[in-house]
Amino acid sequence: MSPILSVKDLHVTFPSEAGPVQAVRGLSFNLDRGETMALVGESGSGKSVTSLAIMGLHPDTARIEGSVQLDGEELLGKTDDQMSKIRGKRISMVFQDPLSALTPVYTIGDQIVEALVIHQSMSKPEAWDRAIELLNLVGIPDPATRAKAFPFEFSGGMRQRVMIAMAIANQPDIIIADEPTTALDVTIQAQVLEVLKKAQAETGAAMILITHDLGVVAGNGDKVTVMYAGRPVEQGSVDDIFYRPRMPYTIGLLGTVPRLDHSSDEALPVLEGTPPSVVNLPPGCPFAPRCPLADEACLEAEPSLELLDEPGVEPAALPHRAACVKVDQIEKNHWTHRDIFPAGVIQASQYADIPREDRQQVLELHQVRKYFPLMKGAIYRRQTGTIKAVDDIDLDVRRGETVGLVGESGSGKSTTLLEILELAKPQSGTISVLGQDTSALSRHERRDLRQHIQVVFQDPMAAVDPRLPVFDIIAEPLEAFGWNKPDIEKRVFELLDLVGLEPSHADRYPQHFSGGQRQRIGIARALALSPEILILDEPVSALDVSIQAGVINLLADLQGKLGLSYLFVAHDLAVIRHVADRVAVMYLGDIVEIGQVDQVYDAPTHPYTQALISAIPIPDPHVERSRQRIVLEGDLPSPANPPSGCKFRSRCPKFATLDSVSQTKCAEQAPVLTSCGTDHLMACHFGEAVSVL
Amino acid sequence: MVRYVLKRVVNYVVMLFLAVTGAFFLAASSLNARSVYAVRNPPLDPDVLNNMLYRWNLNDNTPLLERYWVWLKGVFLHWDWGYSPEGVWINDAISTKMWVSLRLLLIGTLAGILVGVLVGAWTATRQYKVSDRVFTGLALLIVCTPSFVLGIATQIVAININRLTGVSIFEFVGESGQHGSFPGAIFLDRLQHLLLPSLVLMAMGAAQLSRIQRNLMLDSLGEDYVRTARAKGLPKSKAVMRHALRTALIPTGTYVAFSVVGMVTGATYTEKVFSFPGMGAYFVDSVSRMNVHGVVAFTAFAGVSVVVGAILSDIAVALLDPRVRLG
Repeated sequence: MSPILSVKDLHVTFPSEAGPVQAVRGLSFNLDRGETMALVGESGSGKSVTSLAIMGLHPDTARIEGSVQLDGEELLGKTDDQMSKIRGKRISMVFQDPLSALTPVYTIGDQIVEALVIHQSMSKPEAWDRAIELLNLVGIPDPATRAKAFPFEFSGGMRQRVMIAMAIANQPDIIIADEPTTALDVTIQAQVLEVLKKAQAETGAAMILITHDLGVVAGNGDKVTVMYAGRPVEQGSVDDIFYRPRMPYTIGLLGTVPRLDHSSDEALPVLEGTPPSVVNLPPGCPFAPRCPLADEACLEAEPSLELLDEPGVEPAALPHRAACVKVDQIEKNHWTHRDIFPAGVIQASQYADIPREDRQQVLELHQVRKYFPLMKGAIYRRQTGTIKAVDDIDLDVRRGETVGLVGESGSGKSTTLLEILELAKPQSGTISVLGQDTSALSRHERRDLRQHIQVVFQDPMAAVDPRLPVFDIIAEPLEAFGWNKPDIEKRVFELLDLVGLEPSHADRYPQHFSGGQRQRIGIARALALSPEILILDEPVSALDVSIQAGVINLLADLQGKLGLSYLFVAHDLAVIRHVADRVAVMYLGDIVEIGQVDQVYDAPTHPYTQALISAIPIPDPHVERSRQRIVLEGDLPSPANPPSGCKFRSRCPKFATLDSVSQTKCAEQAPVLTSCGTDHLMACHFGEAVSVL
Repeated sequence: MVRYVLKRVVNYVVMLFLAVTGAFFLAASSLNARSVYAVRNPPLDPDVLNNMLYRWNLNDNTPLLERYWVWLKGVFLHWDWGYSPEGVWINDAISTKMWVSLRLLLIGTLAGILVGVLVGAWTATRQYKVSDRVFTGLALLIVCTPSFVLGIATQIVAININRLTGVSIFEFVGESGQHGSFPGAIFLDRLQHLLLPSLVLMAMGAAQLSRIQRNLMLDSLGEDYVRTARAKGLPKSKAVMRHALRTALIPTGTYVAFSVVGMVTGATYTEKVFSFPGMGAYFVDSVSRMNVHGVVAFTAFAGVSVVVGAILSDIAVALLDPRVRLG
């Protein structure tokens, strides 16, 4: 059987002022019908450029060489009009950000109809009927009505379903999904991946799945191409890549991500450095500067993608290839990431041996509430409802520990952080920081207390002022608290060293740094006043996977060295499992389960926690294939109008299995946190521990 | 939708009332109708003058608030906009001028919007190409040129063309002139006179709008949804027209509301330069002749034009943007 898509030696080059940008350099692969190939790599590795080159959507200035054959027909060199007849009909695409990928001024029905009538001769009513059919297929409830709605009336996950409906409208041969779930919550990611699979099964299309999430690859890919600096560095079947990786970069990628299914307190192996710029690449292997195995041979010439000789392994559809001169050595010695990449050094905390109950409570929330009024009317304003963003929660952080806070977007995590950082009297309940009740503070005391509680933000690009040099950024809190000049200077260099930056970095501006380094600048700033508590709001979620490990290790090391306490918010449950001692799961403003982290992960008791953990793909193909996933129905309900009783019951898989008497209990009584083990509480009437890993 | 528009209309009416009131106080306190008669030789009897001015509600001996009250009652109860210092009823003075100006403004503004949007959108799709640079240069030149210079420059070009061809293709003095006796001659004559001033107004509006529209269009061309449209299989031109231009028009709708102000003031000079007997020219004359009520009447006219422009643009925005319509 001839492949449906055959890419040979694809090169894409863009002109730029600094010189030609060689975004893709020599990519080849074949794709059969019904098959899924994952294209893996970090930002800038050339994944998206490849997909747009296949679609013929690059600007005219891009130079595209090589060959892209669709069912034997050469696509490169076709005119735009010719390509327009292929795009959307034979090859279609699902983009990353569903919020911006739909035209805001047309109804979604219109947009699907447009995709249909441009390729098929159908009448408007026929196309409309087909559009409703498609929306039904991708799981949009009440499709006939919803088709008349505009994109802004849909949630992100629903919009991505619409994108998928549009992509499969003309029964394409190939679907290219470019990071289709990156912008979505884990629970919604699980839904959308299911829909994609269904759509693929329905159309029999081949799929190119572009992603940086190795868990998604393990569960959805048949074969994998790993890209680095525009070049394929390893190719093979999913099992080849996950169980027999040969290229150090692949090995590093797989080894540096924290695992959801393993408890570990050790430092993560670290891939030092950042991917190179693809302008004026030096000769040699582009990964050599970051590779612990690199020697002179690696710097001489760029290794080509060589077929591996693996006796005893059945050859797959995509033979296992790797681009590394050390392949034989790695194979012979059975080296894994532990052998190749140095694990970071983490200083143990002085509090490690003190039992939790004996440590000081540095942060305590008691029945803290934050409601937002919903107002209506311009002149005569009146309250029409209440958003219960944080609904009477209890939480405490003890000295030297990390408490993780997880939940979907809209669950109240960020509001909780903001309430703490206000250092003011909450609407109801109390917040104590280092034993001081925030409602009783004078202005002066509040200012003093602020030194002891600092924050690190999610997006390192936005959290540091681009017009200040690094020195000034880190010095700012010190100046604000009246330090004198010589002390400030000493302290700034001390901090740079502490977070692993060079003293010479002090004069540079944020734009000269990579995301990981910028996050270190943000951490240095937060540490400037020697705080005792750090609030970490998604500190690694904006970073590339190979960079994350370094920052996670740094945070762990600093905690040991400085005796810090962390309140760590993240949506990545694997990261939380790795960094946190305790974890609290939030749903619609409530904490539904809280406890020691391994307890909660290994024996989650609340159905929501079970669903959250179950939704996360694990980077292990065998595990993924045998896992039974709990997929939650629908989106998070509006916090202005949550269900009565237990707020989770509208999406609860357990609720559906209960008898009517029990269901009435769920609908009438809001469950309260009750103990279900040592240091493990949950709020469900019928909760029972289930292993979902 | 209807509620949304009604709400805006109420806002605008309040704003308009405040603006006109402000104009009245400014004009009545800074323009002195008595001074018009101060140079009269032989001088007028002071009692007679006082009586005259009192009759026209222009007497500076009457308290300002009282004059305002009289004027306000006149406008609201009898649609009487007052008298000039020469005793000419303002309603008479502006009844024809108003329509002359309106015709000019309407044609100039609408043509300006149309040309501006098209040029802006087209140059955006040809970013950094020769045609884009030429239109950018041209637009900047027009934006930088004061409207009276633009008017006179246009006239010079028109004269030369007339001379070269030997036919008066362009007419640029007044609003109408000599015309033949063939059917439609009057209409053609009017058109000829309207052509150049409308052209100047259009060019001014279009030059500014084209720059804004170009930037809006560049933004929306880079949007993900335009790429989605292309990925669906829409050819470039269709994706640009249906998806990029359509969304890039929404902010233009808002901008146009505010550009009407510029058009009204721009028309003032243009009317003067082309000796067009319109409201703008009347306004300039009113100020120099201490015509308080004329100034206020012009302000009201300009205000109404702006408000109508704003309401039309609100409706346009609501029609273009479902988020406004339904949100």
